[in-house]
Amino acid sequence: MKSKANVVIVGGGIIGASIAYYLAKAGVEDIIIIDKEYPSSGSTGRCGAGVRHQWGLEMNCLLAKDSIMEFERLHEEIPTDFDIDFKQKGYLMLAYTDKQVEQYKKNIKLQKSLGIDVNLLTPREAKEIVPHLNTEDLLAATFCPKDGHINPFIANLVYIIGAERLGVKVQKYTEVIDVEVKNGKVKSVLTTKGRVETNYLINAAGPYSQHIAEMAGVKIPVYSERHQILVTQPVKLIQDPMVISLKHGFYCQQVPHGSFIMGFGDPNELKTTELSSSWNFMEEMAERVLPVLPVLKDFKVVRQWSGSYNMTPDAQPILGNSEEVNNLYFACGFSGHGFMLAPSVAKLTAQMLTDKPLDIDVNVLNLKRFAEDKLIKEPSVV
Amino acid sequence: MDDKIIICRCEDITVGEIKKLVSMGLDTIEELKRVTRCGMGSCQGRTCQGLLQSTLRDITGKPVSEIKPHKFRPPSKPVPLGIFGGEHIEE
Ligand SMILES: Cc1cc2nc3c(=O)[nH]c(=O)nc-3n(C[C@H](O)[C@H](O)[C@H](O)COP(=O)(O)OP(=O)(O)OC[C@H]3O[C@@H](n4cnc5c(N)ncnc54)[C@H](O)[C@@H]3O)c2cc1C
Repeated sequence: MKSKANVVIVGGGIIGASIAYYLAKAGVEDIIIIDKEYPSSGSTGRCGAGVRHQWGLEMNCLLAKDSIMEFERLHEEIPTDFDIDFKQKGYLMLAYTDKQVEQYKKNIKLQKSLGIDVNLLTPREAKEIVPHLNTEDLLAATFCPKDGHINPFIANLVYIIGAERLGVKVQKYTEVIDVEVKNGKVKSVLTTKGRVETNYLINAAGPYSQHIAEMAGVKIPVYSERHQILVTQPVKLIQDPMVISLKHGFYCQQVPHGSFIMGFGDPNELKTTELSSSWNFMEEMAERVLPVLPVLKDFKVVRQWSGSYNMTPDAQPILGNSEEVNNLYFACGFSGHGFMLAPSVAKLTAQMLTDKPLDIDVNVLNLKRFAEDKLIKEPSVV
Repeated sequence: MDDKIIICRCEDITVGEIKKLVSMGLDTIEELKRVTRCGMGSCQGRTCQGLLQSTLRDITGKPVSEIKPHKFRPPSKPVPLGIFGGEHIEE
C-alpha cells in the first residue's frame, strides 16, 4: 500500500465510493479508499436501497431530488457493463391518522414548490396502484412516481469503477486502527497494512464512523443500531411502488428480479454494530405487513439478514469538517437513508474540500449543531 | 473449464461471468454473491457454494480451504411469510 496520499477516505460503501468519484472528477489527485473488508460489505450491501423524494424539509427534498437525478443518469456519467436496475415505480406512503394526513399535505405543498411530482391519493386511488392493498382504516396516501429502488451492490460497484478510472486507489481488507493528529490536523492513519500520511481524512466509515472520529480525538454523538430485513423468493411482478406505513412501521418493495424485500423499525433494536439475526424478527414482520398486504402470506422467505443504521440524535447526517481537526471531514450518521442521498452528499463534500460554493446549502448538517442544540426536525424519517 | 457451464442454477450464473469478475478483483465468494446474486436464490447456496469454491480454486490457484463460503442466514429453507404470524388474518 502507498505510504502517502493527498486524501484518505475510510470506507468504500456508497458514501465513500461516490465521494472518491466526485473528488477525483473535481480534479483532486492521489486519493485512496481504505476499507476493512470490501465495498458494499457494510450497510450499503445490507440496505433496502429505496430512494424517495418525499421528505418534509426543503434541504432533504433537494438532496434527494439531486441524488435521484444522478442515479437516473449514472450510466451516462459512468458507463459500464453493469445495470443498477433503477425501478422508478414510486413510493406509496400510507396515512392512517388525521395528523399524518395533515403532515403529508404540508409535505406535498413543499415538494410541489420544489418541482417534485407528488400527489395525495384516496384509498381507492391507492388501491388502483397496488391492487392487493388492504385499505381498511386507510385515510389517504401520498405517491411520487419518480421514487423507487436501485440495486445497491451494483450502484456501489459502479462508483468504485468510476473512481478507479480516475486514478483512485482502493485498498480492500485493510482496517484503519488509529489516526495521528498533530496541531489540530490529521497527519496520518495507521492501518493493519501500514501507515499512510495524508492531507485530508474523510470519515465515511458508516456504522463505525464514531470509532474513526474517536481515533482522531473528536467525539461525535453517534451510535449504531441493528436493523433487520428479509427477502422472499421471486414471484411474478405484482407491486410497482415501495409501500411504507409509518403506523405499522414497515417498508415493503418488490424488486425487478421478483423478490419482495421488507423491514421495519423496531424501537427495541440492539444499539450496537452487531449483525446477528433474531428469531422474532420474522414473526413481527409478518404481523405488521400481512394485515396491509395480505397477498404476501404465501410468498416464501429465503433469507433474513441485518445491517446497521448509523444514528445521530436527529437522524440527520453529519457533513463537513470538524473545527477541532480541520482536515477531518465527516460523511456519516445517515440513519436509514444514506443510500438515497449519496450522490448529492458526495458532490457537496467534494465542493467543500475544494472550497467551491455549495449547490445545496447543507451547513446546518455540521457537527457543531449538537453542541449548539440546533437539531434538525425532519418529520418524515421512517 | 468451459465458460458456458452454469454454476448457479437459481440465478443462471456461468463460469465465464465469474472469471470476468475475478479479473476485476472481485475474488471472494461474498463479493461475487453481492454482484451476481450467486447464492441468493432459492437454494441459498446449497447447490452452488461448492461449485463456486472449486471454480475459484481453478481460477486463482488458492486451495479451497482458503476460499471462505458465504455467510449462512436463516431460515434454513424457504418458508411462507404467513407461517410466521398473521396466518389467522383473513383477506
Ligand atoms: C436494513 C437496512 C435498510 C436500509 N434501507 C435504506 C433505504 O431503503 N434507503 C436508503 O437510502 N438507505 C437505507 N439504509 C441506510 C443505508 O444503508 C446507509 O445509510 C448507507 O448504506 C450508508 O453508506 P456508507 O457508505 O456510509 O456506509 P457503509 O456501506 O457501511 O460503508 C462503510 C464502510 O466503511 C468500512 N469501515 C468501517 N470501519 C473501518 C475501519 N476502521 N477501517 C477501514 N474501513 C472501515 C466498512 O467496511 C464499510 O465498507 C438502510 C440500512 C439498513 C441497515
